[in-house]
Amino acid sequence: MASGRQRLMKGLGLAVVGLSIAGCGSDYVVLHPAGPVAQSELHLIVLSTVIVGVVILLVWVLWAYVLLRFRDIPGNQAPYLPNWRHHRVLEILVFALPVVALIAIGIPTVRKTYALDHVPSHHPLVIDVTSLDYKWVFEYPRQHIATVNYFYMPVGRPVLFQLTANSPLTAFWVPNLGGMEYAMPNRVLPLWLEATRHGVFLGRNSNFNGIDFWRMTFEAHAVSELDFHAWVHRIQVTKPPMTHRDWRRLLHRSVTAPAAFSGYPANTFPERATQFTVKGLHYIPTREP
Amino acid sequence: MSMREWITHLIKLLFPPQVLLPDIVGIDIGLTVGAIAIMVYLTVRHRWGWLWREWLTTVDHKKIGIMYLIAALVMLFRGGVDALMIRTQLIGPRAHFMGAQQYDEVFTTHGTVMIFFMAMPMVFALFNAAVPLMIGARDVAFPRLNAISFWIFAFGAILLNISFSIGGSPSAGWMSYPPYSELAYNPGVGENYFLLSLQVAGIGTIATGINFLVTVLRMRAPGMSLSKMPIFAWSALITSSLVLFAFPPLTVALGLTMLDRLFGASFFTVAHQGMPMMYVNLFWIFGHPEVYILIMPAFGIFSEVVPVFSRKALFGYEAMVGSLLAISFLSYGVWVHHFFEMGAGPGVNVFFGLSTMLIAIPTGVKMFNWLFTMWGGRIRLTVPMLWQLAFIPTFVVGGATGVMLAAVPADYQYHNSYFMIAHFHNVIVGGTVFGVLSGMYYWWPKMFGWKLNQRQATWAFAFFVAGFWVTFMPQYFLGLEGMTRRMATYPAGLGWTSLNWWSTMGSYLMAVGFLIMVYNIIWSRLHPDWDTTGDPWDGRTLEWSLPSPAPEYNFARIPHVRSRDEWWAMKREGRTDDVKISADSVQPIHVPRNSAMPIMLAAAFFVGSIGMVFSWFWMAILGGLGVVAALAYGSFADYSELTIDAAHVLKTEAAMGRVDS
Repeated sequence: MASGRQRLMKGLGLAVVGLSIAGCGSDYVVLHPAGPVAQSELHLIVLSTVIVGVVILLVWVLWAYVLLRFRDIPGNQAPYLPNWRHHRVLEILVFALPVVALIAIGIPTVRKTYALDHVPSHHPLVIDVTSLDYKWVFEYPRQHIATVNYFYMPVGRPVLFQLTANSPLTAFWVPNLGGMEYAMPNRVLPLWLEATRHGVFLGRNSNFNGIDFWRMTFEAHAVSELDFHAWVHRIQVTKPPMTHRDWRRLLHRSVTAPAAFSGYPANTFPERATQFTVKGLHYIPTREP
Repeated sequence: MSMREWITHLIKLLFPPQVLLPDIVGIDIGLTVGAIAIMVYLTVRHRWGWLWREWLTTVDHKKIGIMYLIAALVMLFRGGVDALMIRTQLIGPRAHFMGAQQYDEVFTTHGTVMIFFMAMPMVFALFNAAVPLMIGARDVAFPRLNAISFWIFAFGAILLNISFSIGGSPSAGWMSYPPYSELAYNPGVGENYFLLSLQVAGIGTIATGINFLVTVLRMRAPGMSLSKMPIFAWSALITSSLVLFAFPPLTVALGLTMLDRLFGASFFTVAHQGMPMMYVNLFWIFGHPEVYILIMPAFGIFSEVVPVFSRKALFGYEAMVGSLLAISFLSYGVWVHHFFEMGAGPGVNVFFGLSTMLIAIPTGVKMFNWLFTMWGGRIRLTVPMLWQLAFIPTFVVGGATGVMLAAVPADYQYHNSYFMIAHFHNVIVGGTVFGVLSGMYYWWPKMFGWKLNQRQATWAFAFFVAGFWVTFMPQYFLGLEGMTRRMATYPAGLGWTSLNWWSTMGSYLMAVGFLIMVYNIIWSRLHPDWDTTGDPWDGRTLEWSLPSPAPEYNFARIPHVRSRDEWWAMKREGRTDDVKISADSVQPIHVPRNSAMPIMLAAAFFVGSIGMVFSWFWMAILGGLGVVAALAYGSFADYSELTIDAAHVLKTEAAMGRVDS
């Protein structure tokens, strides 16, 4: 139900987004959503910016006025009220103002938080993501292919990322597609994203995990459904499967080039979170301390 | 092991590859030469006794306050140099000012030093300098414990600060999340330094919390009910209670990590089903109240500075106290907002998002109350007031972006990005640092007896504040461009270059501001402008009824408080002679004796910590025994107080013109 108020909000939001896009180039990845998740998050960003912007302006104006009017300079005609300590209406007002602002931000926050927790599809594309030092491994359990440091996804279809780590904590972030989720050892966390336009979007690890942390990036390729299947097929026929040896090499602490495999060994991704380290997939350091 | 092997092993341990040659040469040798020079000076000028009696063994809160202040300024320098190194590295893409390993160490020490060894002691410096004086007390409740707090903090700070030139610096960030901070990923002793120094300094902090809690509750002058207490004393009370409940979770988190690292436990390791998230929870159950521990005193300072320099009573005293209490209560219920992205589910995230937003209400009330305090006043643009005036428009931005970060789905995009970095520097620098600097300039004459040159101080202020805006505003936009924190460098072509360049320029401006501040202090010491009145700002609270600096016993006669701004009321009602004594009414005063126990205890902690850092357990045990011995000695020591006889009090007061004839 798009009420008038909502339409107004939307219009206001779009106006601000338009302005910021005009002012800022496409480098502002958070302001250039390529999918519904990032879009929804951007709406909240814009809404909250506008609301707190009003409060900031109010305080700045009041501050400037007080500073100009009540200076201790000879001949200042402004009233001097050394014992003015209370004003009931004002005290209620300054309490009510933040309350109103917070309700205006709080309600959409609650709604969106719950909404973003639902994958809007019964058949999302599932990608199992494992973060390693300092690389990302993407496994497609249904297509049974694996890639390193890049992945393909079809436009218009939600993708469910199942995130885990066989390394220190990392956080998976593709700003154009949506916000972050941590990848943690011994746990699997879900994150769904969807691309609504074609493109190559830069993703990165946002949580510090060591010396080559800043190089731990990947590319998300959003292509048409047809191109996606063609790509999967190409990987399946042209690439070798990942061997245990390949996997162990990936576990080494290093930065690697993008790679693709037609298949991968079982047990590289936990079936259940608790089974992870039990299966002997401990981290193997390469350098002697 | 032969002697030869043992020495080789020791050298490798003390100087691993990440300890850089310039640090070894510059710092280790520089420090040694400097220490020898100081010792020679002290010996030649026969100042050892003076140093020992007046400073190292003192239990006087005013002197402890000064030592805290000096330590905090030194640490501000250290943390500031780290910040400049970070910004210089990020000035452009692919910069090679330093390697990634060193960069990681530098941002780790920057955060750790600034939070634990700069902001905290700065706050405690001002508590010590002002709180007992403004509540009409002769000292804090537990003077010797106060000295213990300081020395334990000081040795903790030394422990962290020697790490980069001996053994290796910690490099896992100031939050030190496992499993990266665990032995498997972070071998070497750097992380041990982090754990031990915070653990040791934390003991001192908890002791300070207890001390000021009791001081404010039990040591107030007769007549000063809680509702007549200055807001800064309120903020000390509330901060202390926060410390008391916030630091134990940190102690636990650090302790468990230490067990993992030193004794092979697996509380937070990847192997053996460790739970890194448990650390994250414990850390932020401490960490979020911690940021309020840092900001509450600043709020208290501004609530003193604004009325004085507006010549007007504080607007909405009850609301100010109420909002401090509300913030302290809410601060324990918001910690999950530091990790909305760790899969707690929408219910938990929404709860913590909304509870975080609630904090904006009492904070907003405070902002407006300061503005209304100025409304109808007469604003004097002194240096403490300038810092306050810079605080309001700056902090409101930081608070507002805090609300934006609390909007959970929006935070999914801000988290770990430069947007978040900009936010917390906006509140910690724009709030706490502006606040403690305001307080430092405000109470400086009371602490030292001379004023700081106003013109130089204004220049320092201008550079620092301008630099602040130029440094941190671009970082909000860097966050929206997808730049994350802790990147050792970045490639060109992402649009980050020019904003980073500006941010770096801003940090240089702040550095110039700091240098002017130091020049200002040295110049003003060499050309002292003595504060002969004891009340240079036309103050409102009791500390300004005393001479500057206050005598050892503070109040020759404890005042009887009748109103909220007692000194202001005395001045208005012509009762200022109330603070004077007469020859027949003067009483002898008991003050606590100096004690060598605090510094001995802290030194024992230091020795034990070094033992733990390098896993030399014989040394750790030795240090532990030292701690036990110092505590035992302290328990059985002579507690008799020193009596300053009436004649001496009379003479001291007469010299300051405070005796009724």
